[in-house]
Amino acid sequence: MDQTGIKIEDLHLSFGETQVLRGVNLDIRPGEFFAFLGPSGSGKSTLLRAIAGFGPTPQGRILIGDRDVVGLDPWKRNVGMVFQSYALWPHMSVRDNVGFGLRERRVPASQIRGRVDAALDLVGLAHLADRMPNQLSGGQQQRIALARTVVVEPEVLLLDEPLSNLDASLRVQMRRELLHLQRKLGLTTIFVTHDQEEANTTSDRMAVLDGGVIQQVGTPQELYDRPANLFVANFLGTANIFEGRVEIDGEAARFHTKTGEVLTIPASGNLDGSNVVLRPQNISMTQAPEPDALKGEVLHREFLGSQIRYLVKVAGTEIVVDQSHSAGRDWFDPGAQVHLVANTSSAVIL
Amino acid sequence: MPSMNRSTPGATAGIADRLPKWLVPNLSGLHMVALFIALLLIGLLLVPVAQVMIVAFQDPATGAATLQNFLDFFRTSLFRESFWNSFYVSVMSVVVATTIALPLAYITTRFHFAGSVLIQSLGFIPLIMPPFVGAVAMQLIFGRNGTVNLLLRDYLGFDIPFMEGLNGVILVQSIHYFPFILINLSASLRNIDRSMEEAAQNLGSHGIRLFRRIVFPLAMPGYIAGAALVFIKVFDDLGTPLLLNVNNMLAPQAYLRISSIGISDPMGYVISVILVVFSVLSLWASFLFMRGKDYATVQKGGGGMAKRNLKPAEKMLAYGVVIFILLLVLTPHIGLTLLSFGTIWSFAPLPDGYTLQNYVTMWEGSKTFILNTLLYAGIAATADVILGTAIAYIVLRTNIFGRKGLDYLATAALAVPGVVLGIGYLRTFHSVDVPFVGEPLASWWVVIALALMIRRLPYALRACMAALQQISLALEEAAESLGATKKRTIYKIVVPLMKGGLLAGFVTSFATAAVELSATIMLVSSNQDAPLAYGIYLFMQTPSGRGAGAALGVVAVLLVAAGTLASQIIIERDKKAKASADMH
Repeated sequence: MDQTGIKIEDLHLSFGETQVLRGVNLDIRPGEFFAFLGPSGSGKSTLLRAIAGFGPTPQGRILIGDRDVVGLDPWKRNVGMVFQSYALWPHMSVRDNVGFGLRERRVPASQIRGRVDAALDLVGLAHLADRMPNQLSGGQQQRIALARTVVVEPEVLLLDEPLSNLDASLRVQMRRELLHLQRKLGLTTIFVTHDQEEANTTSDRMAVLDGGVIQQVGTPQELYDRPANLFVANFLGTANIFEGRVEIDGEAARFHTKTGEVLTIPASGNLDGSNVVLRPQNISMTQAPEPDALKGEVLHREFLGSQIRYLVKVAGTEIVVDQSHSAGRDWFDPGAQVHLVANTSSAVIL
Repeated sequence: MPSMNRSTPGATAGIADRLPKWLVPNLSGLHMVALFIALLLIGLLLVPVAQVMIVAFQDPATGAATLQNFLDFFRTSLFRESFWNSFYVSVMSVVVATTIALPLAYITTRFHFAGSVLIQSLGFIPLIMPPFVGAVAMQLIFGRNGTVNLLLRDYLGFDIPFMEGLNGVILVQSIHYFPFILINLSASLRNIDRSMEEAAQNLGSHGIRLFRRIVFPLAMPGYIAGAALVFIKVFDDLGTPLLLNVNNMLAPQAYLRISSIGISDPMGYVISVILVVFSVLSLWASFLFMRGKDYATVQKGGGGMAKRNLKPAEKMLAYGVVIFILLLVLTPHIGLTLLSFGTIWSFAPLPDGYTLQNYVTMWEGSKTFILNTLLYAGIAATADVILGTAIAYIVLRTNIFGRKGLDYLATAALAVPGVVLGIGYLRTFHSVDVPFVGEPLASWWVVIALALMIRRLPYALRACMAALQQISLALEEAAESLGATKKRTIYKIVVPLMKGGLLAGFVTSFATAAVELSATIMLVSSNQDAPLAYGIYLFMQTPSGRGAGAALGVVAVLLVAAGTLASQIIIERDKKAKASADMH
């Protein structure tokens, strides 16, 4: 199967005076399931729409395969897009909706029927071909929108927050179906979302955007374990951040926080930075004193089922500590004096 | 990721290549359309109105700029009187219309009241009859020797001059136009969150005081909008005063000067300028008043105003008021129907006998009128919907330079009274000969259709805008990303989805254009070319023609009623289809 990669080079875009994309560079590999993740206003949807050819014409280059599509009309791009609202045309039946792109491509009528049926089969809704869009549930509309897009065999598939209009349980099911379908078709796919769980569970790689700039690109694990900056560290999960400085003493490295605590950190990896990031689950908490432990006081406790999340005050800063929970296990009450030991092998210096 | 070299030759060449491509294939077509519409509006609206303005400030003999015409105007006592009469009638009509509308709006929005549905539907009935049609019927019922005064004289020994002079105009106009206030005021009242009222009650306010200090001020923007509309409509109206033979008002004076003295007499133009200035001023005043006063306060989880049940005595009173007002409002319709079926109706509370003869006479005498009306209104409404769709698309979906200007220009027709447009057309087009027809454009029948088109365009445009605004942009983008060009997208997606709104716009334009009198009365050059409204006017000139005129009036009312009903049904059905399509 021919798979197309997407290369974005120094892309700038503004709405009037407002700069929305400021120099985006990105290389999406053929066949990849790629996610754009970011808060609202980060430019992720604008970037996706620029690839599809909607919105103001950007500066820079967008290469789909070898072709620069900047300035090209949307209908000349062969880019499939599934809209957040699904955008099914209410005046056409499901069959007419799905067949629309084929008719626009002057596919002979004799083939259209078969291809529409095949596309509907692919999403498991062949029996709804003669319904009108307003007779379908949200999940069904989503699948029809997908069928309408893939039936024209686009080079790349763009999904703009495709799950945001579904309820929670359907969302989990649909994202598995999406991934399954993407693997089956081998289509290079970009998925826009503000939900990190969605991005983590589906994408091969993802780009985190903020302020119209790509903050980091990588696999979900890379981004979580080795965030490139404080924004990424904070946006992907909860992060405890201490300010201070690194001191290297022969083989060993230590991090001195501003409040005087000392953490032993691995001497390999990046040691250039004035912050240390510790994930809540990489800190353990005991009542008994331990060597190298930080002393703190429990302020607040939240029971989350599989774990208990504590807010602990350590030398003036509040940090979050997650302890796994199993039946019968003790917990700490607010006010308890505790000792915290950081599993510093996972610490990241930024 | 390292940033790529920004100034690669490919990238710069790309921009240069792109520009012409971007402009030429898909947008140039729309640019041409925009240009064509702009020229059309300039030629048929801007130039004629500008012509009227210029002539008003010109010395008729030398053509030099002068204020002399205005000085002459205010030196002539008839014109001064006309000016004050027009002003007085407009203000009084607003006052009387408010008196009718306020209780109806208040009762329907404030109380659980079974009559609400009745008011909401019957309240619109006056609008489906052109005011001049009802004027003669009102004369027969409220006139000096009309039903009401005959009965009053027989049983109580006095009469009331309802229809004497200006009173008649005020009565007819306020009964006809009060729905504008009712509609706007009711909408405003419904948009007031009950917490506004409850907060005032919580602080100790209630009853009339609560209404005066909290409820009415919050509903003010809606009231002003309706009142300004009534003021303009009455100020500009020509048909009603003409039919009631009240000639000492501005619009009739303009008509009489132009039709009796000719298009070179400057007074008609001076009056036109005054009419336009007042239209613009009151639109502007209502805009100023409305600005920054969006009082729609209904919040999430809240509701409209708290409705309460009426006590039995209050209910009696409410029904009494509502029935009285509705009877008053339906008088023109009742009178017109009686007149159309009556044999002779003079100095008697009711016609002497009943017959279908009037309808036969009407049909024989006015087949041409009816056919002309269908032709003119059909042309005007079709053109309006096409222009409206094109303007709406250009304004909402493209970034063509000056697109807002098209919208403003088309909407500006609202501020141009029919008389003024008619005079402008006469003046501008009397020297423009139509090729192959051999007459000047000003007296060719097509000019009537063109005038109707311009007059109805603002309404059709709003309907088209609303229809287009309801279509999510994603529906068009989906088609484009599946390979449909802009043109194909308009044809396959946009227009089919706008269909309901367009049809409703067409029907409304058609129905209202069919009974328009003020511009057409200026432009009709022979009875052969006259539409229905003009036909009614002709019939009503003679006592013997009144029955047939009334029959033609009934035809007009039915036409507009059917149109209004059809457009309501279309809009409702469209709304339902859209609502169920829009599930999320």
